[in-house]
Amino acid sequence: MAILNEEQEMLRDMARDWAKNESPVTEWRKVRRDGDEAAYDRNAYATMSEMGWAGVIIPEDHGGSDFGWLSAGLVIEELGKTITASPLVASTIAASAIIMGGSDEQKAKWLPKLASGEAVGTIAVDEGPRHDPSQIETSVSAGKISGTKAFVHEAHGADVFVVAAKDGLYLAEKGEGVSLSTRKLADLRSHAEVTFDGVAADKLASGKDTLIDDVLDRARVLTACEMLGMAQAIFDTTLDYLKQRVQFNQVLATFQALQHRMADLFADLALMRSAVEGGLQAIDGGFGISRAATQAKAEANRVLHLMSREGIQLHGGIGMTDEYDIGFYLKRARVLEASFGDTSYLKRRFAELSGY
Amino acid sequence: MATQPEIDTHSEEEAFREEVRQFLATHFPPELKGEGNPGAGIEGDLDETEAQKKWRLAMGERGWGTPTWPKEYGGGGLTRKQAAILNEELAKAGAYNPIGGMGVMMFGPTLLEFGSEEQKHEHIPPICKGEVRWCQGYSEPNAGSDLANLQTMAEDKGDHYLVNGQKTWTSGGQWADKCFCLVRTDRSDKHKGISFLLIDMDVPGVEVKPIQMISGMSPFCETFFTDVKVPKENLVGEEGQGWTIGKRLLQHERTNLSGGGSMARLMGASLSDIAKKYIGTDSEGRLADPVMRDRIADFEIRWNAFLLTARRAAEESKAQGGVSEISSVLKKVGTKLGQERAEMAIEIMGLQGLGWEGEGFTDSELRGVRAWLFGKATTIYGGSTEIQNNIIAKRVLGMLDHQ
Ligand SMILES: Cc1cc2nc3c(=O)[nH]c(=O)nc-3n(C[C@H](O)[C@H](O)[C@H](O)COP(=O)(O)OP(=O)(O)OC[C@H]3O[C@@H](n4cnc5c(N)ncnc54)[C@H](O)[C@@H]3O)c2cc1C
Repeated sequence: MAILNEEQEMLRDMARDWAKNESPVTEWRKVRRDGDEAAYDRNAYATMSEMGWAGVIIPEDHGGSDFGWLSAGLVIEELGKTITASPLVASTIAASAIIMGGSDEQKAKWLPKLASGEAVGTIAVDEGPRHDPSQIETSVSAGKISGTKAFVHEAHGADVFVVAAKDGLYLAEKGEGVSLSTRKLADLRSHAEVTFDGVAADKLASGKDTLIDDVLDRARVLTACEMLGMAQAIFDTTLDYLKQRVQFNQVLATFQALQHRMADLFADLALMRSAVEGGLQAIDGGFGISRAATQAKAEANRVLHLMSREGIQLHGGIGMTDEYDIGFYLKRARVLEASFGDTSYLKRRFAELSGY
Repeated sequence: MATQPEIDTHSEEEAFREEVRQFLATHFPPELKGEGNPGAGIEGDLDETEAQKKWRLAMGERGWGTPTWPKEYGGGGLTRKQAAILNEELAKAGAYNPIGGMGVMMFGPTLLEFGSEEQKHEHIPPICKGEVRWCQGYSEPNAGSDLANLQTMAEDKGDHYLVNGQKTWTSGGQWADKCFCLVRTDRSDKHKGISFLLIDMDVPGVEVKPIQMISGMSPFCETFFTDVKVPKENLVGEEGQGWTIGKRLLQHERTNLSGGGSMARLMGASLSDIAKKYIGTDSEGRLADPVMRDRIADFEIRWNAFLLTARRAAEESKAQGGVSEISSVLKKVGTKLGQERAEMAIEIMGLQGLGWEGEGFTDSELRGVRAWLFGKATTIYGGSTEIQNNIIAKRVLGMLDHQ
């Protein structure tokens, strides 16, 4: 665990308590049952925003708290533990794009609303089912953007889309010309194919040439934070279960074969945590971000994949039931593993960034 | 002179092949070409079309769904060579074997070995005809890996047993006609107190409650027995022999679960074909993603080695008779590879491989997701991977617990 300052500890404890008490997995079951396509509880997101969580990386003069990326990551990790459904990650990614690439007017228009939760943002990059920002056909002519984006997360609740076109990132608002076709994935969260048909688009023109990569690196790290929370929760639940379940007149935790499995997972979890926190700290420090972010998501993919498989296996039959929570983590895990870079993509990117 | 008998065998085989071809031409409804056995489905009820029924009846009548089982109980009475020819011809015609399920895979072979003449005559023919569906009443809430801890009690009441207790994870319990059960007839001995009992699912006191699974379906149940009267004739073997019989059945289960066939059914198209479709190739025909290309090759080499091992084990057990100890290795490896393959297929397809329902996905994509999730059970049921490891370490390798 990274060394936290007092502010960060308070923020993390607040998020931890809230997730545990106000947003346990039973809340996700309610959202699932209600079947709303946006797939999150709007009141809960309003509360989260009131607590300042939507504005953690947003500068103070735009309504945020500017606590930084490590702080944002702490909150997202805690919410990941209870698979809290919210557009917080998507909206934070959108905010980061506006912070890094937006003009003063664009910032003034969107950041306060994103920080207060009044508006929700998301990012629309990929045009196929596998992450590949080099394959973009979406284009802009005379200020109008046209193209189709595959599997845009949190699209149903979004007011503003950060859209990748051939020549950079643009802001497009929901409304006429923006059409959603729901893609229901195994995690049952909000995903959609989004078509922009000559929609007024406002370029994020004030940033560096690397803006899209910079934003995607941040998306990778934030996604990895959610994955870290999930991996930790699966680990804790499984350990707990092994300490309770009796077979052969002894608790399962006394079998050495299982002790070693848990010891291995514990070690992997430590690596994952370091890689993810390393990504957050690199962003806060402004140094070596791309490599740290790629590494963070790659480790998150590896360890959460393993953890979600082992979690089910070590529970036995009960882990296969819908009544038990662990299956939600497995299904969400695969969606996040595929988002903003699957393992194969991240390995290639890491090698390229490392110069081999 | 020495070659004479071989020529005879050869012409007999060819005659049999011709017989199979004619049978297929007459009885196999062409519209079923390329389909799978609806009754072997891992999830869902059996809903037969007319054509499917016709095909099941025709194969059942011949006993060819259970080709090597003795003719006198309704099996095909074929030699292994003939059975192999039958399989080849079925495959050529794109025809599936319509006779399947737990009766064929697990219960039948066990009853043939341990059942009385009356029991075999009563229960085997309907299995050969695909008329009766069986479920497995082994696991209980506190008897999973530690199966011998089972507590469902069968009390001796003279001409019948009175059964009370709860089973769980009973696959297909809601659709089954009959259940082969492990019950306790004696509380004083953990293993010798277990008996193997056949219970009708439609008698008073049997209640099933479907359990929903992470894959969304409810293919298994909790099964409750309350004062269920079971005739004494339904005891297989002797009282107290249940553990021996029950373990034998598990060996059949393991062999069948891991045998290339059923794993392949869970998995569908080859990974390289999926990858060519979803990732694409370069101008030389190589997969466009070199990392994935390497991983697929790595997987396929291990998968082929597994198939070869399964074949070798089958040949060895044919030579030695019965199912071999290698069933634990096959179960452990086959299920692991099956899961790995399902995971890779999803990864190759990206988010397109994770569709749950609704617009934007093909049927086969949607089925793949459910099969991936259901497949997580294969390393848990039939004796988990950890239990197979214990069996291999202790029974095969002689690595005993320290005293
Ligand atoms: C989809 C599905 C279908 C099923 N169908 C049937 C059916 O039709 N009929 C039926 O009777 N049962 C059925 N089962 C039950 C299945 O046989 C049990 O789930 C299995 O025996 C494991 O028992 P358990 O679930 O109680 O897990 P547990 O025994 O509690 O095991 C939990 C974990 O601990 C591990 N473990 C346990 N003991 C040891 C040990 N000594 N050393 C190391 N690790 C250990 C296990 O491998 C597992 O990973 C089904 C299960 C599933 C998931």
